Amino acid sequence: MTINATINGKSVTLSAEPDTPLLWVVREELGLTGTKFGCGIAACGACTVHVDGAPARSCSLPISEIAGKNITTIEGLKNEDGTLHAVQKAWIAAQVPQCGYCQSGQIMAAVALIEQTGTPTDSQIDEAMTNICRCGTYPRIRKAIHAATGQAATALEGAA
Amino acid sequence: MADTPTVDTETAAPAKRKGLKRRMFLIGGVAVVGAGLFGISMADSSAAKSAAKLVGGKGDHVFATWLKIAEDDSITIYSPHTDIGQGSNTGLAQMLAEELDAAWDQVRIVSAPAEAAFANVGLGRGFLAEMTGKPAIINGIPQSFMSFLARQMNLQITGGSTALRFTGQVTFQKVGAATRLALIEAAAKRLGVPASELTTQDSKVLHVKSARTLRYGELAAYAAQLNLDNEPALKDPRQYRLIRQSLQRLDIPAKVDGTAQYGMDFSVPNMRVATIMAAPVRGGKLTSVDIAPALAVKGVQKVVKLDDAVAVIGSGYWPAISGLRALAPQFSDGGNGGISSASIFQAHDALMAKGEADGEAGDGDVAAGLGSQPIEAKYQVPFLHHAMMEPFALTGHFKDGKLDLWGGMQDPLASKMMAVEVSGLDADNVTFHPMIIGGSFGRRLPMYMEIVGQVTKLAMQLPYPIKLIWSREEEVAQGAYRPQSSAALQASLTQEKRIAAFRNDYAQPESAESETVFPYILPAVSRRHFAHSSNQTTGAWRSVNSTQQGFYNESFMDELAHEAGEDPVVFRRNHLKAGSRHLRVLDEVAARSGWGRPLPSGTGRGVALVESFKTIVAHVIEASVTDDGTPKIHRITTVVDAGTIVNPDAAMAQIEGGTLMGISSALGEAITLEKGAVQQSNFSDYPLLKMANAPIIHDVHFINSGSEMGGIGEPGVPPAAPALANALFAATGKRVRNLPILTQAKG
Repeated sequence: MTINATINGKSVTLSAEPDTPLLWVVREELGLTGTKFGCGIAACGACTVHVDGAPARSCSLPISEIAGKNITTIEGLKNEDGTLHAVQKAWIAAQVPQCGYCQSGQIMAAVALIEQTGTPTDSQIDEAMTNICRCGTYPRIRKAIHAATGQAATALEGAA
Repeated sequence: MADTPTVDTETAAPAKRKGLKRRMFLIGGVAVVGAGLFGISMADSSAAKSAAKLVGGKGDHVFATWLKIAEDDSITIYSPHTDIGQGSNTGLAQMLAEELDAAWDQVRIVSAPAEAAFANVGLGRGFLAEMTGKPAIINGIPQSFMSFLARQMNLQITGGSTALRFTGQVTFQKVGAATRLALIEAAAKRLGVPASELTTQDSKVLHVKSARTLRYGELAAYAAQLNLDNEPALKDPRQYRLIRQSLQRLDIPAKVDGTAQYGMDFSVPNMRVATIMAAPVRGGKLTSVDIAPALAVKGVQKVVKLDDAVAVIGSGYWPAISGLRALAPQFSDGGNGGISSASIFQAHDALMAKGEADGEAGDGDVAAGLGSQPIEAKYQVPFLHHAMMEPFALTGHFKDGKLDLWGGMQDPLASKMMAVEVSGLDADNVTFHPMIIGGSFGRRLPMYMEIVGQVTKLAMQLPYPIKLIWSREEEVAQGAYRPQSSAALQASLTQEKRIAAFRNDYAQPESAESETVFPYILPAVSRRHFAHSSNQTTGAWRSVNSTQQGFYNESFMDELAHEAGEDPVVFRRNHLKAGSRHLRVLDEVAARSGWGRPLPSGTGRGVALVESFKTIVAHVIEASVTDDGTPKIHRITTVVDAGTIVNPDAAMAQIEGGTLMGISSALGEAITLEKGAVQQSNFSDYPLLKMANAPIIHDVHFINSGSEMGGIGEPGVPPAAPALANALFAATGKRVRNLPILTQAKG
């Protein structure tokens, strides 16, 4: 049995067992290692990808459920001309990553949130950004999301 | 030579630091026969030659082991530290490039090869000096590191917040300065002018008089033949153009586009993936396992039984973990089946009640000072798990008599040596290839990196490369935890509301004494350690013993302030030395947080002040409790005195992250034991802080005291838990004496 899907704009035919989580197919079959393994139970979000534009935790998504879907991983986020996505640029400007391991997932979750809401509020960020960062980069993630949507440091100014 | 550092070295540095450096030179001179502290790296020695052989190619010239200048002007720095995300490699590069006067855009820094030639001798000697001369710079280093380091000089360790403090100040700045002098000497010869007429800028030597310029790249070949000055003069800090700048971290671009390669991401052709389950009760052994159910899983190739674990090998992680889950291995409990979190706390209580301490430190007659009715409080904290986001992943390949390992550890060289020991191979036949690390916080230190032994055993018996991945469940169950610990605190107050005597009895595996800095000036103080170990592996968890000691001391200080009927900031002020750095940090955090200003009903402020790793940090936290009992943090104000800051923005990121790690552990984290085994399994029952619980406002301020450089990766953690607990007391009147807070609230 094979499963056809689109990953980062390319059609792929997957031959792994249907119960195999998308994460391991992406990492081990396709060699796209930017998507990370953190917990295996959809708790941490290090494996976040987009499935038809919506964030999904690929460690718990069997490939049997992605037939015909459009998958985007961190490697597929750059613009067509190869430049970084605005959110990736904001991540560098705010110097967000520390160990960096969770950041592919954080960026994918942030891009999906911004695409869905335009300019997310702090409470929308709290609700959507449930990915875990052990290094504690949350303040900078928040800052980068605001900056990427033209709301530089509103949270701080508004509260002061 | 070694005992007479030049005056220039210390220009504009305070007198105290001058004395300190001088002592370090003396100790280095004694410890390293015939050379200064940096002699082995700086002189034309065998280590430098082997280093050149390892990393030098055509047109490359290696200086003092750690630096390579190519004829095209590109500059490569070899870091003996592992950048776990704390930004230390960028900071180290800034320090070396500053003294070298290098063009920053031509500088890159990479992991040093895990070979003896790149052992961090400066760090080793600095630590070892503790045994002989006790220079102040190394106070506050955990005892567990000391004993390890005393045994092992082949080190490339990262820990104890030491990268910039030791390697940066003790080695890299001097390597940069000495190489710059050699380049000037080379230019003087080439141009036929005195060296004194030459200046350097952006990787060039300039002769202004004749308007001639030579590139470092064209001088490197000659300069590399010269003997380097062991004690070059360092820059006056007022001339700094890289140090103290918030330069962007060099490792970040690859961490936003998925290209950074962690140990988990390594792959070679024909590689298989293994996953493992060790005895759930530490100390137990594998007694039996029927391997058939695993072999029935498609993609599973082999089951390997180890002494205390079973590993399943498959074509990928999914078949391997599916195969492992199909097994029902039987393990013995090593006689540890009766151990539980409750039994450990009971043992702590019994030991402290008996009163026969394993170690005591302090001043004054505490027993007399405490009198017959001291104020008392008992505190308890659980085991904590590091929860690095990247689970252990290490690849090994044994072929043609040689073993190669690829992955991320906090000490690549010690990892190699462990593989040498387990494999029985010669060191020359074992190579460890360091990769980027997805978090560590102390977990990947060499004292407890059993995965190196596991993968070595697997690789030695398999005909293909093998990547061993620990599941998150294995990671949680087989940690090297911050120890479960108890403390019984006692104090008495005078009629003037001053502390007359203060006693801190605590029970845990190791003494915290070498790390503890108790800043308050009291007539009588006693700290007594009661040693108690369980079957668990315990180790360094970010900021080590300062986390629980900070919680005990700063919570109890708050209790005493309330007993005295005094404001907690005022009460602390009254026990700190006038003019001290601690007092300045406290005053600054009070001012910046608006301490004393009215708050909405139900919201409280808490303060805590802890020095660790030579850095003083105070937090003021504003918090309330929501209807379901969950604490809500509204605002954190932090003041830090870490002496000189190399990269202010990177330092701020470390303080932000450390603070949140302290908050996370205080709120929800606990590893508990039942029947000798860990009860938690994943992030579902070991909850880490998420965005929604992280405060939006965190104001971090650094005091530029000019004091000696302190650590930055760890010191943000210890005051976080007590500041939060004190804020919740102010908000609710309920004192938190057991962590984590959420378990207490619900229990």
